[in-house]
Amino acid sequence: MSPTRFSGTDRYVATDDLMMAVNAAVTLGRPLLVKGEPGTGKTQLAEEVALALNRPFLQWHIKSTTKAQQGLYEYDAVSRLRDSQLGDERVHDIANYIVKGKLWEAFTTDVQPVLLIDEIDKADIEFPNDLLHELDRMEFFVYETRQVVKARHRPIIIITSNNEKELPDAFLRRCFFHYIRFPDRETMERIVNVHYPNLKKRLLSEALEAFFEIRDVPGLKKRPSTSELLDWIKLLVAEDIPPEALRGDQHKLIPPLYGALLKNEQDVHLFEKLLFMSKRKKD
Amino acid sequence: MMTEFFLRLRKAGVPVTLTEFLTLLEALSQRVTAHSIEEFYYLARATLVKDERHYDRFDQVFGSHFKGLETLFDEMIGAKVPLEWLHKLAELTLSEEDKQLIEALGGWEKLMETFAQRMAEQEGRHQGGSKWIGTAGTSPFGAYGYNPEGIRIGQDVSRHRRAVKVWDRREFRNFDDTVELGTRNIKIALRRLRRFAREGAAQELDLDDTIQSTARNAGYLELKMVPERHNAVKVLLFLDVGGSMDDHVQECEELFSAARSEFKHLEYFYFHNMVYEGVWKDNRRRFNEKTDTMTVLNTFGQDYKLILVGDATMSPYEITYPGGSVEHFNAEAGHIWLSRLLRAYPNAIWLNPVWPNRWSYIPSVQIVRDMMGERMYPLTLEGLEQGIRALQRAR
Repeated sequence: MSPTRFSGTDRYVATDDLMMAVNAAVTLGRPLLVKGEPGTGKTQLAEEVALALNRPFLQWHIKSTTKAQQGLYEYDAVSRLRDSQLGDERVHDIANYIVKGKLWEAFTTDVQPVLLIDEIDKADIEFPNDLLHELDRMEFFVYETRQVVKARHRPIIIITSNNEKELPDAFLRRCFFHYIRFPDRETMERIVNVHYPNLKKRLLSEALEAFFEIRDVPGLKKRPSTSELLDWIKLLVAEDIPPEALRGDQHKLIPPLYGALLKNEQDVHLFEKLLFMSKRKKD
Repeated sequence: MMTEFFLRLRKAGVPVTLTEFLTLLEALSQRVTAHSIEEFYYLARATLVKDERHYDRFDQVFGSHFKGLETLFDEMIGAKVPLEWLHKLAELTLSEEDKQLIEALGGWEKLMETFAQRMAEQEGRHQGGSKWIGTAGTSPFGAYGYNPEGIRIGQDVSRHRRAVKVWDRREFRNFDDTVELGTRNIKIALRRLRRFAREGAAQELDLDDTIQSTARNAGYLELKMVPERHNAVKVLLFLDVGGSMDDHVQECEELFSAARSEFKHLEYFYFHNMVYEGVWKDNRRRFNEKTDTMTVLNTFGQDYKLILVGDATMSPYEITYPGGSVEHFNAEAGHIWLSRLLRAYPNAIWLNPVWPNRWSYIPSVQIVRDMMGERMYPLTLEGLEQGIRALQRAR
């Protein structure tokens, strides 16, 4: 019997409120909508839930052209037309041309799966509305074959959004909601420890210091996020940079390997300028 | 207790519905939470609040509603707590010295006995609603109240005390500042602006063309595709902020939040009183992150529709003379910039949150209205619809 409660994994640190949201969604079989700054581990959450609860994991990435229907099934009329011209026998059974979507797959697995609907806000405004009934009743009707597809187990559905569009109220009503905040220093230390357990304590605290300082610089086009911090630390460890180098000494203005943190040349310029000014003030 | 909480949330402007409330009750009956108010808080928040902007309001209502009622939780739970459970809790939270202290005071059994006695005594005091005593209720040390040291330890580590902090900290305050939701009406009015056009990659099967081409192709299938229809309306929104606009912030927020979700191509800029050579996108950094109005004019094509929102209430000099701005020295007068905008975007309206019957008393409103060619509308639902209709009529 696989576990039914989620409490983080050995490589994913979940806060108490996140755990509660996930467990509520799992228990009641309703979708969980996760929002938050980019790079706070929204997408990873679903994977980790699947791993922790030992369930199969399905992923449905949404693009601006994705239609709700594609998640259910698609009727490949064009191949059927071709087959009919070529005189293929398959043409007589319409079921041969029904292509299953991710939601259908999730409805028919043997054990309750975890389905990730990633970046739902990328799709058209009507997209969430088109899925209301399917997410509510966990069933849908295939017109071409006149069959009802009903979920064998209500899948654990985790939906992520980057807040590019507002989602319709009717859709929100049916979900649990959780906003992943940017982790505070303490949580951040736990996260880094989970990923790099043997990191020198001093290097870690210097790195975090530098990181939060950079995040606080006003006017950055893209503020570095958790995933970028992890990349940066990986580089620091690989290059064996001593902790002292991170303290922004007189010779070096910018922390080493900043490329992992600042992803925009304007941001780098801005940062250099600010450092220069603060240095001059000190002198 | 729960119904009251639900009603208070609605009153505070958190858009909770009955469905969500029932979900919460269902979750409670399925025992999603164990017995802690902190978990209950997280559960209620995940169920009832669907937008991080409402977190702060939720926290406030939760804080005030369950203050004092915390004691009720204690009563419900505390009364049924098995002894071992308290043992464990205490073991987790007490240091070695504390444990020795307990031993010195007569050991666990005696302590628990007194604790139970205190619990019974406290029933009466609970009704007084004093949170302090309540908090002490489940905490073995607090209830016992043996020495001052003990009391403090108990309260500091009590999960109830900690729980209060979570919502009393009000960490989500700054999400609340931008938008007021519940703007369905405005959305529907804006929806009239939608105009679908075929744009982008060819993806849809064009049945008519396919049949025709196939026929021409001696019966061999030839597929023809067309691009899908999308909402092709592009909107440029200029919002007046600060000064006399402070009274109308809410209407503007509603309009903005509705517009943002409704249009794929929406660009917005802020200005103060009148449009001059610079506009900005972020109010907090308005002085160091200005965008040249000229850049805006050159970036966005004529197919954008221009919506200006402002009360147009200012000194007429701010429109007619160079250097008339209240904030900085403008080399060119406001009316020059406004007419540049109107030339670049002939499809334009001005939405004014001030009531129309006052317009004629304010000279600057008159000037702006003349410049807009009478296309100034009140920022009400009706005015918005009129404005949208004016935008739809191509000029």
